[in-house]
Amino acid sequence: MTSNVFEYAPAPESRSIVDIKPSYGLFVDGEFVDGHGTSFKTISPATEEVLSEVAEADQADVDLAVKAARRAHTRVWSRMPGRERAKYLYRIARIIQERGRELAVLESIDNGKPIKESRDVDVPVAAAHFFYYAGWADKLEYSGYGDRSLGVAAQVIPWNFPLLMLAWKIAPALACGNTVVLKPAETTPLTALLFAEICQQADLPPGVVNIITGAGATGQALVGHADVDKVAFTGSTEVGKAIARAVAGTDKRVTLELGGKAANIVFDDAPLDQAIEGIVDGIFFNQGHVCCAGSRLLVQESVAEDVLDRLKRRMATLRLGDPLDKNTDVGAINSAEQLARIRELSDIGEAEGAGRWSAPCELPAHGFWFPPTIFTGVTQAHRIAREEVFGPVLSVLTFRTPAEAIEKANNTPYGLSAGVWTDKGSLILKMAGSLRAGVVWANTFNKFDPTSPFGGYKESGYGREGGRHGLAGYLKGGE
Amino acid sequence: MPPSPTTATAEGAAGQFSDVTRSDASLRGFLHGLPGVDQVGADARAAALGTRSIKTTAKAYALDLAIRMVDLTTLEGQDTHGKVRALAAKAMRPDPSDPTCPATAAVCVYPDMVATAKEVLGDSGVHVAAVATAFPSGRAALDIKLADTRDAVEAGADEIDMVIDRGAFLSGRYLQVFEEIVAVREACARPDGSSAHLKVIFETGELQTYDNVRRASWLAMMAGGHFIKTSTGKVQPAATLPVTMVMLQAVRDFRETTGQMVGVKPAGGIRTAKDAIKYLVLVNEVAGPDWLDPDWFRFGASTLLNELLMQRTKMTTGRYSGPDYFTLD
Repeated sequence: MTSNVFEYAPAPESRSIVDIKPSYGLFVDGEFVDGHGTSFKTISPATEEVLSEVAEADQADVDLAVKAARRAHTRVWSRMPGRERAKYLYRIARIIQERGRELAVLESIDNGKPIKESRDVDVPVAAAHFFYYAGWADKLEYSGYGDRSLGVAAQVIPWNFPLLMLAWKIAPALACGNTVVLKPAETTPLTALLFAEICQQADLPPGVVNIITGAGATGQALVGHADVDKVAFTGSTEVGKAIARAVAGTDKRVTLELGGKAANIVFDDAPLDQAIEGIVDGIFFNQGHVCCAGSRLLVQESVAEDVLDRLKRRMATLRLGDPLDKNTDVGAINSAEQLARIRELSDIGEAEGAGRWSAPCELPAHGFWFPPTIFTGVTQAHRIAREEVFGPVLSVLTFRTPAEAIEKANNTPYGLSAGVWTDKGSLILKMAGSLRAGVVWANTFNKFDPTSPFGGYKESGYGREGGRHGLAGYLKGGE
Repeated sequence: MPPSPTTATAEGAAGQFSDVTRSDASLRGFLHGLPGVDQVGADARAAALGTRSIKTTAKAYALDLAIRMVDLTTLEGQDTHGKVRALAAKAMRPDPSDPTCPATAAVCVYPDMVATAKEVLGDSGVHVAAVATAFPSGRAALDIKLADTRDAVEAGADEIDMVIDRGAFLSGRYLQVFEEIVAVREACARPDGSSAHLKVIFETGELQTYDNVRRASWLAMMAGGHFIKTSTGKVQPAATLPVTMVMLQAVRDFRETTGQMVGVKPAGGIRTAKDAIKYLVLVNEVAGPDWLDPDWFRFGASTLLNELLMQRTKMTTGRYSGPDYFTLD
């Protein structure tokens, strides 16, 4: 039977490759142990189905984990030659590749992101980070920061890229000879727990990597622990500030990777069809749950109408739905709480007089969903132009000259990333030099590579992850 | 609502763009003022669309549509009347064992084979397309190209696949290319007032850059071409996904501007059913579903047809057959 329209039939990736256990403990000193807090449930945001029950680490559990990490650092890991540490990292990288489909499916189930993103971005880039930092492990004396490790690193990561943020944190820490206690976000603990199994499979010495689960209280206990030498956090600016206050006056080293409100700047000579792809990728990739998302579109007035027409036409082709369907472009919002936040800020945008337009896509009946949305007629005075929505919501502003674009782009408390679209190379260089953002992408957006440092200006945090610069946060000579 | 599609008319398009096409300078200004194409971004977008997973009912639909879009082609020095007759028979009944299998859109031959093909195809609905204008190089005087075209039309060709003068295009003589297309379009006219449809071949493997492909697309559309076509099949690379995507963007934008629809034909190098389906995804998501019709999208191919038939048989029977179960023509 054929019809006269090209309807893509469902093409779901099979779930059978993953084995989600009914409950998970904490991974401490190389083994899974019970937690002493109140265990909590993790759900699939696409269906609200309960996936598993996960242990909560209390103060005592945190203490055990830090002790295990300290022992492993003193007795094994910091003494091991770099070339031996590298072998473990290479092994982990290869296992991530070998179990890539399993990790991708699990990530999409627990996080809600489309399988094509977890399959083509999260998992391969996570493996790439381990490969990259494995290469540094025996070359630290050439890093410029010496080769002496800090000790125990307390790492707290967000729910938007659970496995990838884990890799960004753990790979450089281990390469430099540190041991880690890592807390994944409470809504997305499953790939971190699968990573714990991968550490066992790789025969990583016990205590080098410890994974403890829980919410804010667990995180506070971890970063506040007296025997932690380093705190690395990725997440909201609000929590980042609280962490900075908590560690102030101690000799703990800190790196923070926080929020953003990136300007994606389109000049009138830009390659428009590719710019549209970059705008879509910038704000709808991972449902906009991206700290460096291009959430403010700054478009030159002379092409604004054309760009908006093209953008809306393109947005109408976005396929929202089952994260495990290989043709899904936009998945589920990660949690009810985040969905409420996106709705609240969007309603404020409308109340403040901006024009709201959403792609005409049907939202599933269960789970947490928000359609790809743009706001037009937005000015710098609107809250949706200033506050991080962390969802698939784009604010469209216009400018007349490069100077005005720079002024508006920089007029934000954040400074994580920016995008520039123009055919003129000299303008790209001028903009890159004038934008106060850690990353400036030219004629592309949201490109990540382990060799490239990433981090923010101002309220977007401090410290760099990735590349040679990413070693500084984990070596004594990196101060 | 987009304007309702109409077939490009030389008068309509030429009238709308008369300011643009009045001199080499104005034409150059217009073509060079089109938004640029970023090659890296275009390649990435085409590759991303190539990862769409087309299964079950969608795949069955796509395979039948692809068969209906094939311009079954033989363009060899060794072509004979016997070979062309066999090809025409295959075009009408690609799978003799299955009456539900659709016919192809056309057969594509050199002008001297048009009458032979027409004789077999008759009023079957399968068109005869003829390459003309000193195909494949286009290196001949204009009057010879026009005579070549008239000859094919007189022999009964329904469609003319012309090549542009790439030398003139690359040296910036856009007006010459434009006027040549207009002249060939006029040579497609039949005594009864109707006209053969004109496909304009760019030989994108020689134009090389996507900016050039976009400019050539607008040039051909403004000159009244009914179809824009990637390649002759004689130059590598022939059709590619990103080149076809740039052309699909051009026909989409041309309809936004003029209300007129122009077709797209990638030709050469499309060999597998999987590749063909990737092209259909591109059509669907770049130009839009209005182009998912043999009137607006074609595949210039020869070996592709049997690949489509094998996949089609696999869909209906659940088993793969060997190549010996499909006719070789």
